[in-house]
Amino acid sequence: MAKISKGVRLEHISKIYRDPKTGRDFYAVRDTSLDIEPGTFVTLLGPSGCGKTTTLRMIAGFESPDEGEIFLGEEPINALTPNKRDTAMVFQSYALFPHYNVFDNVAYGLRLRKLPKAEIDERVRRILSLVEMEGMEARMTNQLSGGQQQRIALARALVVEPGVLLFDEPLSNLDAKLRVSMRTEIRRIQQTLGITAIYVTHDQSEAMSISDRIVIMNAGEIAQTGTPMQIYYHPDSAFVADFIGEANFLAAQVMGMENGLCRVSIDGREALVETARAMEVGQACQVVLRPEAILIGDKGLLPCKVELSCFMGSYQNYHVRAGDTLVKIADNCPINKKIYRVGDEAWIGFDKECAHLL
Amino acid sequence: MVAAGAQGKRLDRRKLFGDPIMVSTIAVLLIFLLLFILYPLATLLVDSVFSRETGFTLDVFTRVLSLGRFRTAFTNTLQLGLLTGVFSTVLGLMFAYVDVYMKVRSRVMKKLFDVVSLLPVVSPPFVLSLSMILLFGRSGLITRTLLGIYDSEIYGLKGIVVVQTLTFFPVCYLMLKGLLRNIDPSLEEAARDMGATRWKVFTTVTLPLLLPGLGNAFLVTFIESVADFANPMLIGGSFDTLATTIYLQVTGAYDKVGAAAMAVVLLSLTLVLFLIQKYYLEKRTVATLTGKASRERMLIADRSVTRPLTILCTLFSAFVILMYVSVPFGALFKLWGRNYSLSWVHFEYIFKYGGIRAFRDSFLLSLIAAPITALLSMIISYLVVKKKFRSKALIEFTSMLAMAVPGTVLGVGYIRGYANGIFGTGLLQGLYGTGLILIIVFVVRSLPVGTRSGISALRQIDRSIEESAYDMGANSGRVFMTVTLPLIKDSFFSGLVTTFVRSITAISAIILLVTPKYLLITTQINEFAEKGKFGEACAYATILILIVYGSILLMNLFMKTFGTSKKIREAQKNG
Repeated sequence: MAKISKGVRLEHISKIYRDPKTGRDFYAVRDTSLDIEPGTFVTLLGPSGCGKTTTLRMIAGFESPDEGEIFLGEEPINALTPNKRDTAMVFQSYALFPHYNVFDNVAYGLRLRKLPKAEIDERVRRILSLVEMEGMEARMTNQLSGGQQQRIALARALVVEPGVLLFDEPLSNLDAKLRVSMRTEIRRIQQTLGITAIYVTHDQSEAMSISDRIVIMNAGEIAQTGTPMQIYYHPDSAFVADFIGEANFLAAQVMGMENGLCRVSIDGREALVETARAMEVGQACQVVLRPEAILIGDKGLLPCKVELSCFMGSYQNYHVRAGDTLVKIADNCPINKKIYRVGDEAWIGFDKECAHLL
Repeated sequence: MVAAGAQGKRLDRRKLFGDPIMVSTIAVLLIFLLLFILYPLATLLVDSVFSRETGFTLDVFTRVLSLGRFRTAFTNTLQLGLLTGVFSTVLGLMFAYVDVYMKVRSRVMKKLFDVVSLLPVVSPPFVLSLSMILLFGRSGLITRTLLGIYDSEIYGLKGIVVVQTLTFFPVCYLMLKGLLRNIDPSLEEAARDMGATRWKVFTTVTLPLLLPGLGNAFLVTFIESVADFANPMLIGGSFDTLATTIYLQVTGAYDKVGAAAMAVVLLSLTLVLFLIQKYYLEKRTVATLTGKASRERMLIADRSVTRPLTILCTLFSAFVILMYVSVPFGALFKLWGRNYSLSWVHFEYIFKYGGIRAFRDSFLLSLIAAPITALLSMIISYLVVKKKFRSKALIEFTSMLAMAVPGTVLGVGYIRGYANGIFGTGLLQGLYGTGLILIIVFVVRSLPVGTRSGISALRQIDRSIEESAYDMGANSGRVFMTVTLPLIKDSFFSGLVTTFVRSITAISAIILLVTPKYLLITTQINEFAEKGKFGEACAYATILILIVYGSILLMNLFMKTFGTSKKIREAQKNG
């Protein structure tokens, strides 16, 4: 597409709502700053009520920020109404116009721009082929399946060539399989066009698979920003670690630093963990371990007792008790490994690259 | 935090003003509502407590309150409202219960219910008074011709209560039917299962659940009854209500200030009832009956219950239909009570003397009022449901307020407010006595109905559908015309027809404001009936019923062909 996509910058954005029950004001979004590079795919991820949709709606212009300023490219857009902003949104409910057919739905934005008819026809045709919906022009929207409606909603947003494409949980109404294929599709189209996309979801696997960068939000504030891998392996907080995937937290104490590695003591047993942070000797900390990073065997670092053992297909799922801590383990490819039963004694351990210190 | 909240509000306001169509629409609406609803009502209040010579005074009230005529009218009005309210609610409940709970075998029965609930909608509000006189009056078909009673007396409270009950109970029936449908059958089955008899279930489960709804229905009818002008006028005899007394105070005693004070009393009465109904009972009704029926109800098939109730309902429906049927015959019989041979004389008479003009004027004025009201009410409901701005609450309240204002009160308000121009300055004085002011009255009187239906239609449309149009670059006028309006087309058309029907059958406010320049069907009927020329009154009424019925048929046909609601409902199911 001809147009250059734009970056989005949020500077100290806040949104205050009044709780209708208590009558008290609270921050739905609090002092949030974010810089989104042109052409990147950024996902706002968080539990419900974390302020991600409110943030998206402020960028679209449906809500007005109570503090701070939003920039689209270099232009401040706080005072612009949604129709004057160079954004296009794909809604959770698709929001297709039920009284128009597919063609009229997609052409709506172009007709508003008073383009010549030939150009409208051409652009609608091109975008429908991009979302693989050629030949459906005359269908009414209620004759389409959920996935097809989703494609039309996407086409309708893309066809106006917006500077930024906004997605508000677009896949949450689809069934699990379709969700996976549609997210690949959305990513493909976004990369083909090189358009900036801001995507809201509460589904972490969706966020991981689709994004250049993930912004984790919690209680109205940004908890962490980073690439999917950074966020998964190097969470900044217990919240992020726990929210993205599953995490085990082992209480530990720092014993000393040895050339980029940190020696910690867990239940009196010492181990080495990689860390970028400087830790002080004697400091209490937590070792974060993903379930698949824990090794279970007859030897190891910590003794434990198996409380649950369950075959899941690609892995064996264990819950074991090490000291007072419940540890969840995903032991991959269980077919050629020893299977522990409930009540068995075992040992757990981990590699220093797979652990993370908090 | 306070200062922070201000930025959001300021931005919202700037966005609003960045949308000139929105701002000017809101401004026009506000001016219209202030000028034609709030201002005339405020004038009444000012008029009755303030005079130019003495300043603030309660003299007018003291004088009016000491009038024996007024005091009687006041107690009469309460008595009437109470009786009509109770009877209509009970009757409505019986019909609703039979409809929802009973296994009714014959399809005739269902059809009968439909007809009975539709009749009061299509007929002018006072048609039943005419037929009451025709059937039970001094030369009534039943009283005199069949039973040989020569001194039958139906004028007065008795007559009005019967006529009003027959006119208003279908409203209760429709309201209560909806509520009964929402009661989860398993509640009643649980009570049955624990050993309660059917009667016990009704009194301990169904009735308590329905209680706020019954209160609601009672108050709605009470307000309608108290506000009713035409029936007490035609069949009241010497039994005067507040509405008729106000009218006589203006037209008979030429005491407009006194009428204003009386109007304030009547308005306070209906307003209080309206506020109780709207802000207290309506919420409770919804709160107790939100549960969607989880599955089909087991209909009562027990003959000992169904038989008496269905027979009662059938007889009643038959009676209502008989009442309506007697109107066209009243027009076709040569001289009711004496000569029952068929003839066209009454029709010929009315068309010779002003009939054409009356139909033309009524038709034209109502036809102009209809699209204005339909569009206005759709715009108001759009603003109320989908937008946030400061004067929204005022707009919503004012347009609903008109529901609680009796036509007579509005009429007096317009006389006091516009006869000498706004605030007596001569501004807009030209409006008074024109067709335009009649059209405005029509619009104001139908606005609440249209707005209510618009609001409920819009609440069912996902907000994001309009947001996506807005987001794509359409301004709010464009969003309304290309997305909102097409989606609530049905509501728009029904608003159109409802307004037309209400306007062409309206009388209470109009009778105070109409000038000889305009002949209206309803005022003609009233005039002929007062003179005892029932043949002519019936001839007018018959044609009026046909017109109204025709427009409703047209609407249904139109909606079936072009209606969108079905499509949308399907779309929502799939989406």
